[in-house]
Amino acid sequence: MRYKVLTAAFAATVALNVAGPAAATDLEVTHWWTSGGEAAAVAELAKAFDATGNHWVDGAIAGSGGTARPIMISRITGGDPMGATQFNHGRQAEELVQAGLMRDLTDVATKGKWTEVVRPKSLLDSCTIGGKIYCVPVNIHSWQWLWLSNEAFQKAGVPLPKDWNEFVAAAPALEKAGIVPLAVGGQAWQSSGAFDVLLAAVGGTDTFLKVYKDKDAKFAAGPEVGKVFKAADDARKMAKNTNVQDWNQATNMVITGKAGGQIMGDWAQGEFQVAGKVAGKDYTCLPGLGLNEVIATGGDAFYFPLLKDADKSKAQEVLAETLLDPKTQVAFNLKKGSLPVRGDVDLNSANDCMKKGLAILAKGAVIPWTDQLLSQDSQKQKEDLFSEFFAKPEMTVEEAQKRFADIIASAD
Amino acid sequence: MSKSERPNQIFRNLNAKIASIPMVLTALVVFVGGTAWTVLYSFTNSKLLPRLNFVGLDQYYRLWATPRWLVSIENLLIYGVLSLVFSLVIGFLLAALLDQKIRFEDTFRTIFLYPFALSFIVTGLVWQWLLNPDFGVQSVVRALGWTSFSFDPLYNSSIVIYGILIAALWQGTGLIMCLMLAGLRGIDEDIWKAARVDGIPTWKTYLFIIIPMMRPVFITTLVIIASGIVKVYDLVVAQTSGGPGIASEVPAKYVYDYMFFAQNLGQGFAASTMMLLSVMIVIVPWAYLEFGGRKRG
Repeated sequence: MRYKVLTAAFAATVALNVAGPAAATDLEVTHWWTSGGEAAAVAELAKAFDATGNHWVDGAIAGSGGTARPIMISRITGGDPMGATQFNHGRQAEELVQAGLMRDLTDVATKGKWTEVVRPKSLLDSCTIGGKIYCVPVNIHSWQWLWLSNEAFQKAGVPLPKDWNEFVAAAPALEKAGIVPLAVGGQAWQSSGAFDVLLAAVGGTDTFLKVYKDKDAKFAAGPEVGKVFKAADDARKMAKNTNVQDWNQATNMVITGKAGGQIMGDWAQGEFQVAGKVAGKDYTCLPGLGLNEVIATGGDAFYFPLLKDADKSKAQEVLAETLLDPKTQVAFNLKKGSLPVRGDVDLNSANDCMKKGLAILAKGAVIPWTDQLLSQDSQKQKEDLFSEFFAKPEMTVEEAQKRFADIIASAD
Repeated sequence: MSKSERPNQIFRNLNAKIASIPMVLTALVVFVGGTAWTVLYSFTNSKLLPRLNFVGLDQYYRLWATPRWLVSIENLLIYGVLSLVFSLVIGFLLAALLDQKIRFEDTFRTIFLYPFALSFIVTGLVWQWLLNPDFGVQSVVRALGWTSFSFDPLYNSSIVIYGILIAALWQGTGLIMCLMLAGLRGIDEDIWKAARVDGIPTWKTYLFIIIPMMRPVFITTLVIIASGIVKVYDLVVAQTSGGPGIASEVPAKYVYDYMFFAQNLGQGFAASTMMLLSVMIVIVPWAYLEFGGRKRG
């Protein structure tokens, strides 16, 4: 009797095993998208991947890229690689690729004709090392935005500025009304990013590329860049009463009308949306600070560590294809507030600011971003310099420019 | 006879020796080995991954030409000296006051020691709020009527390190007080009686008799405070993250940032080697005097 029961139980287990989905492979994906809007966007990716019969194991790491990247890198170098991981596309994972720890995706890319669909082309270029493709770009985030609070300008009784120069001119009126003209949070990357935006907007595209791409130290010490430092000096004077740390706290100052504006990437838009603000009515966005309408093509990409497990390697290919699928791209980017990496998708439900971004993208007015041009080491030195410059009024423009030129001279 | 005793020397206390092998190995491999490895790689241009590509003293030249490193060193000096002096003075004064056979001694001791139960991260966050001009001390005093009162150390580059010092003292003096109190309780009652008979005033007794007698306690305390100073990191991260600008950076944070954020291991190793060197400069002469001197005497 007992024997029979056991056999039956055994048979049932076997049957269950057979009945289950044959190709269900768990794939752990690490990323640092943990805020409300970001988590909703990741859920779209997970849904799309699960629909292929595999299983997305979410490995979110809280605390922004700066905290998450060291963890991801030490897992990959320490021999415990995940199935796939987020990085900003550019040079963050360069050395991991060179050390042979990352998977070559060229076959998948050729099959999916990535070179034809991914736009702008520079995105795929920054995934390419030595002629091979190592990552899948999933979105475009651009830094070049000035977010203005309509309410603050109304209160101060000055018309809404159309570009950076008008904004600077309006600063005294804002200050008189008890409003901080420009919100810049205390985190180092914010002041450094704001300078890069000024460099591209006030200095122009050529200046930006000459400094960061050609790394021309003499030029960086010259009068063209000097003009940008004057603008940065204006910015730090306008920002001196900010007294907040995090970027979203600074954005919140703009949302509540305590600050006139903020130079921040398009991810700030998510905050305005969560607060129920409407683009054009409650807040205004000026791409390229209204001076030079370009957007940089930084953003996020997924990298795939080299795995020994054949099933998981197969699942990696499926995930790579899924990420670039037009449907996934739309669903993900609408929630994320970023621009899709394919030109052939329909984004009718995008808001005003996103449409401005799409129009600039369609015109091809794009520049590569510092993540793609500079090593993390040079980026960090730049952050140290600008966080000091913004916090220390007694540091002169000339001194800052000289140190900036030194960083560019030794940049790699 | 002596022949049979010789090998016994090695096998004497065999159990103890075997038991200490894991620790000896840990010390050799992890501490000494890790240190040697770090120093070796500080002469290379390793970026994200360690690579043996020697560049001589380049990392050190760059380190000492970096304003942020110089600010860090200056901060560590200010923080270190003041934290050492104030912890000892306040800790000792509190202990001496508690030692006057006051009522509710246990209660006071608990209150003073409580902050020590909090981690530096929590301490840092608490004091970040307390010192925030919009929510903390400044706004309370202003709400009481002194509207021109200004107290915002964390947003003022030139005094931010003192804002951190306040938090560190609040957290750490309780422990120093307890150590001192234990030391005071270890002093024989008869000493006090003898001093009183001789008509020596209390403060003089403390200064010239009790404190010299408490030398071992002071040394323990010094080591505890000093090690806390060199490794200060989490408090700064929680309270200011090095800001405003780079005004409250400390060496340990420089090491971490350059190793992991900047992906420049060589630079981080060079900085940590300098930290090791500075500790050695303090420790070696002291250890020599403390242990070497005694043997001769």
